Amino acid sequence: MAVVEAGQAPVVAAPPTKPSRTALQNKQTMLAWILLAPSIALVIFIAAYPLGRTVYNSFTDAAFNYSTHFIGWTNYFNLLRDVEFRETVFETFKFAFITVPCEFVLGMGIALVVNSRFPGRGMMRAAMLVPWAVITVVNAEMWNLMYNDTYGVFNDILERLHWPGAPFAFTSDATLGLGAVSVIDIWKTTPFVALLLLAGLQVIPGDVYEAARVDGASAWNQFWRITLPLLRPAILVTLIFRTMDALRVFDLFYVLFGSAPCIPGNCLKSMAVYAQENVVVDASTRIAATHYGGIGYGSAISVGIFIILAVVVAIYVKVLPLERS
Amino acid sequence: MTALAQGHLPRPSAIGRRGKITIGKILFGLVILLIAVYLLFPFYWAVRSSITPDSQMYVTPVQYFPAHPTLSHYGDAFANGTFLRALLNSAIVGISVTVLSLVIGASAAYALARFNFRGRGFMMYLILSMTMFPQIAILSALYQMVNEFGLYDSLGALILTYLLFTLPFTVWVLSSFFRTLPSELEQAAYVDGANPFQTFYKIMLPLATPGMVTTGLLALIAAWNEFLFAVSFEFSPQNFTVPLAMFTFVSQSGSSYSVPWGDIMAATVLVTIPLVALVLIFQRRIIAGMTAGAVKG
Repeated sequence: MAVVEAGQAPVVAAPPTKPSRTALQNKQTMLAWILLAPSIALVIFIAAYPLGRTVYNSFTDAAFNYSTHFIGWTNYFNLLRDVEFRETVFETFKFAFITVPCEFVLGMGIALVVNSRFPGRGMMRAAMLVPWAVITVVNAEMWNLMYNDTYGVFNDILERLHWPGAPFAFTSDATLGLGAVSVIDIWKTTPFVALLLLAGLQVIPGDVYEAARVDGASAWNQFWRITLPLLRPAILVTLIFRTMDALRVFDLFYVLFGSAPCIPGNCLKSMAVYAQENVVVDASTRIAATHYGGIGYGSAISVGIFIILAVVVAIYVKVLPLERS
Repeated sequence: MTALAQGHLPRPSAIGRRGKITIGKILFGLVILLIAVYLLFPFYWAVRSSITPDSQMYVTPVQYFPAHPTLSHYGDAFANGTFLRALLNSAIVGISVTVLSLVIGASAAYALARFNFRGRGFMMYLILSMTMFPQIAILSALYQMVNEFGLYDSLGALILTYLLFTLPFTVWVLSSFFRTLPSELEQAAYVDGANPFQTFYKIMLPLATPGMVTTGLLALIAAWNEFLFAVSFEFSPQNFTVPLAMFTFVSQSGSSYSVPWGDIMAATVLVTIPLVALVLIFQRRIIAGMTAGAVKG
C-alpha cells in the first residue's frame, strides 16, 4: 500500500492551524486511509491492472492455452484492415444514432407529461420503472416472441391491417433487425431517461414560468428559453450516459442475433459482441476461420472500443459544455 | 411533443383544476393512456404467453387473451432444475456483491465525505473513473485472471468482477448521502470521547441506512441483470445465473416452433415480478439514488 504511506506523510508535516485538534485530525486521516484501503485495492486489482494488462495483451498473439509472443502493432494493423470490425463499428454507431435521439425525445416528452399534475400520476411514475426493472436478456426474449414471423403479435397486427409485405422476419433481416433491436432498447431505457430529465425538471422553480407567463411568453418560447437551458446539465449527463451505453451494447445483440458472421451489408453484430467472441470463443476455430482471433486480437478490439468511447465523450463535453459561457 | 409542450408544460396546475372537460384534457388523457400502454404492453404479452397453452401458442390469428388459460407453464418452470439453480445462483451472487460493495463502499464513502485529507479529490476521481470505462475494455485480462485464479466456471468469478460496476456508484451515492448528515453529530461524539472509528461505526453508519438501502437495491439489480461476464466466465449449467439460463433456454432450442415459449415466459414473469415489486416499494429511494449518481440501469 504505497499509496497509503504517501498520503499520510504530508498531513503529518502540515502546519496545524488549530494545535488542539491535530491529534484528532491525524487519527481521522489515518482512519480515512484505512477505510479507503479495500476500495483502493479493488480498484487496482479489478480495474487498473486489468486495463493495463488488456493494453499489454493487445501487443501480443495471446490465445488461451497458447504460448504468447510480443508482436508489436500487428494486431492494430490487422484491426484497421478488418472488414468485420469496421462493419460492427458502423452497426453500433447506427444503433446509437437511432436509439439515443429517440430515447431523448420520447423521454423528454414523458418527463414533461409526468411533470404536470394529473390523477394517477404516482401510478404513472411507478409504471415507468417497470421496463427498467426487466432483465435485459429477459427483455430481449420477450420481444423476440413478439417479433416472431409466424405467431408474433406484431406481424399479427400488421396482417390484420393488411400491411403490404407482412409478415416480416424482423430479427433475421439486417435492416429490420437493426430497427427491431433499437425498439427494444428504446422501450427499456426511455423511462430511465425520462426519470433523469424529470429530476432536472422538478428543481426548476415554478415562479420562473409564472414570470414568463406574466410577460406573455408563449408555451413554445417557455420550453425553448427556460426549460431547455435550465435542464442543460441534466441533458448533458443523460446524453453521455446513454451514448456510452448504446456504443457498448452487448446483451441485446448477443441474445437476438447470436454470433452469426458479419459481412458488409448484412451485419447484425455490435462492437462489444465482436470483442467478446474474439476473447472468449475458442481461439483455434476463430483463427482458422478468419486469421484473427484470440485474446491478443480481442484485446486490440477492446482498446479500439475504449478509444472510440473516449473520443465520443470528449466530443460531447466540447460541443455541449456544462456551463453556459 | 409540440402539442405537449404548448398545451401543458407551462401550466402544470391547469390539469388538476376542477371544472369543464376540454378537448385539451381529453387529448392529454389519451397521451397518458398511450404512454401507459407503451410501457406495459410487452409485459402484458409475457404474462399472456405464460398462461397460453401450447396448443394455442403457435396458431394464427394470434389470441390476445388465451381462450383456455393455464398455469401449467409455471409448474414446468418450477420443475426445471437449471432454472431453479439459476435463481439460487443469482441470489447468491446478487446478495454477496451487494453486501461486499456496501461494506467496502460505505467505508470509502464515509472517508471521502467527512474527512479532509490530502489526496481526497484524487481518490474520488480514481474510484469514479471505474464507472467510466466499459466492461468490455478489460474483458480479456479479467478472463485470463479468472482462469489463473481457478475461478473460471465458478460463482466467485462473478462476485469479484461485479464489484467493478457496483462499487463506484455505491461510493458515489453514499458519499453524497453522508455529506447531508449534520456534522454536529460527529462533534458531539468526539466531545463524548469517541474515537473517529467509533463515530463512524456507531453513530454515522446507522444514520446512513436509508442511503444503504437505495444503493444496495441498485447494486442488487445491476448484479441480477449482468450478462457479459456471466456468459464469458460460466460454462456449466449448474453455475448459470438467471440471464444466462434464460438465454440458453431459447438459443438451445432447435427451430422456432420448438422454443418452449410458454415456459420461458412463465420464467420471465417469475424473475421479473420480485424485481418489479422491490422497485415499486422503494421507487422513491431508487429514483433518488439513480438521479443522484446518474447511474446507468
